[in-house]
Amino acid sequence: MSAAREPRRPGLDRRRRDGWLAAHKWLVLRRLAQAGFLAVFLTGPLWGFWITKGTLASSMTLGVLPLTDPMMALQALLAGHVLETSGLIGAVIVLAAYALVGGRTFCGWACPVNVVTDFAAWVRTRFGLKDAYPMDRRLRLLILAGVLVGSALTGTIVWEAVNPVTMLHRALVTGTLFTGGAALSITVAVLLFDLGVASRGWCGHLCPVGAFYALVGAKGLVRVSAVNRDACDNCMDCFTVCPERQVITPALRGAKTGASPIIVSRDCSNCGRCIDVCAKDVFIFTTRFRDGTGASVHGPAKKVLQGEKML
Amino acid sequence: MDRRQKTAMTRRDMLSGAFRAACGAGLVAALLAVPARRRAEAVALRPPGAINDADFLSACVRCGLCVRDCPYDTLSLAEAGNGQPVGTPFFNARKIPCEMCEDIPCVVACPTGALDKSLTDIKAAKMGIAVLVGQETCLNFLGLRCDVCYRVCPLIDQAITLERHHNERTGKHAVFIPTVHTDKCTGCGKCEKACVLEEAAIKVLPHAQAVGMLGAHYRLGWEEKEKAGKSLIDGIIDLPDRMPETPAMPAPERLPGGGFKEFKP
Repeated sequence: MSAAREPRRPGLDRRRRDGWLAAHKWLVLRRLAQAGFLAVFLTGPLWGFWITKGTLASSMTLGVLPLTDPMMALQALLAGHVLETSGLIGAVIVLAAYALVGGRTFCGWACPVNVVTDFAAWVRTRFGLKDAYPMDRRLRLLILAGVLVGSALTGTIVWEAVNPVTMLHRALVTGTLFTGGAALSITVAVLLFDLGVASRGWCGHLCPVGAFYALVGAKGLVRVSAVNRDACDNCMDCFTVCPERQVITPALRGAKTGASPIIVSRDCSNCGRCIDVCAKDVFIFTTRFRDGTGASVHGPAKKVLQGEKML
Repeated sequence: MDRRQKTAMTRRDMLSGAFRAACGAGLVAALLAVPARRRAEAVALRPPGAINDADFLSACVRCGLCVRDCPYDTLSLAEAGNGQPVGTPFFNARKIPCEMCEDIPCVVACPTGALDKSLTDIKAAKMGIAVLVGQETCLNFLGLRCDVCYRVCPLIDQAITLERHHNERTGKHAVFIPTVHTDKCTGCGKCEKACVLEEAAIKVLPHAQAVGMLGAHYRLGWEEKEKAGKSLIDGIIDLPDRMPETPAMPAPERLPGGGFKEFKP
């Protein structure tokens, strides 16, 4: 562990110790989940085997499970339209699921734009690009409010005119990404915005869909805990990879003040990259009610200790 | 050392500045490219049961379930420049018309009510109204018996009838004018699809554009009379006859080569 720090290659120490796969475990799982969310929509058009029809906006799985974007249902409601029963049930299911799981799990595990913005962030880190124009992360709440008020004022689902999330997903599912539609333009715009204008600009500062899910999942179950924070050697790798780095500090540096090691910020997208890159096994996935220390030293916590022994 | 560091920093700053500028310019270009896409080449019609245009965008979440369940691939989701907001369902009758499925799967699939579930009889659908716009090119207007639009109409002799008129050109034949009846036409677009001309002479237009609308204060005398059971006016009003004060000019004399004798512009 005496190798020089490479701030542009976070997770290198973990990788050297445990191998590439261990240092990318949650990232790989997330990419598989995101691919899976696409695949269930694509088996039908590609091979005639229909699992899920529709798009992320609203879908029907195996003819029985309706799922609807709850933010869309809310906008429709404010615009003066109550969705059909199946649409409403779908919205309630999605809402309940993300409220239960918690965090911005949608952003980290389902949203196709996340792949684009993660790529932009990776490029920025790799080339050591400084943050260009820092913005306030609460801007997205303002935009969310604007979207909801705008829907009520115009009587339309306003966010759908520009929503990169549904546009990109729709284009991927219908195979129209490269046929000259708006989806490619919007996706490229998001990529360039994150690359050249603001670090983690879109998902971390502007996207109202993420802000909506942050509010929905604010009290959710699944959380990351800096259970082994005493082992932290301030290598800063977790801060480098975290799309919402402000959420780490209170938990990781909270030992002095006696704060819980659980990352409670609603902005955390449960992406698990901090767990991946940490060579000191500081972080684990846990629930809101178990910080991973003390009585509940089963499972992940035990593994942490084993990791320590290996050093 | 200081100098060198300074130079290196400046070069780096310049590079990253150029990168940022390129990203910013590309970002603007990407956004401007959205409305600059190709324009609509045909009228984009809504699926059957679509609620009125003003309310449609408050209901449709652009999920594409109607598109997926259309067995004839009639429907698709709009791209920028298709004439409807991006992601909303539409069809071009000239490309693939609506086959008017009896079970209306697109409406059944809609999770939002943007396609109204109260539409259960496809013959009551109002996707648009066919209008014979090409009255100078329609073969039937020219005196031929093309009749294709009439023949393919799913509501033959109801939504489209052939009305016999005198052929003014020949003076001795008849023309059979395809005539659309707005109360029956569903706007499926089979006629527009089938029209044999290079550019269809009959086109399905959105209802408001096709039919026009009377002013709200208009009353049709004959209907009012029927409703009231009698004329709303007592007796016949006898308006005074106005005669020209001077006798009418004699008609100018026609010249054999065309034009008129003593015609002064």
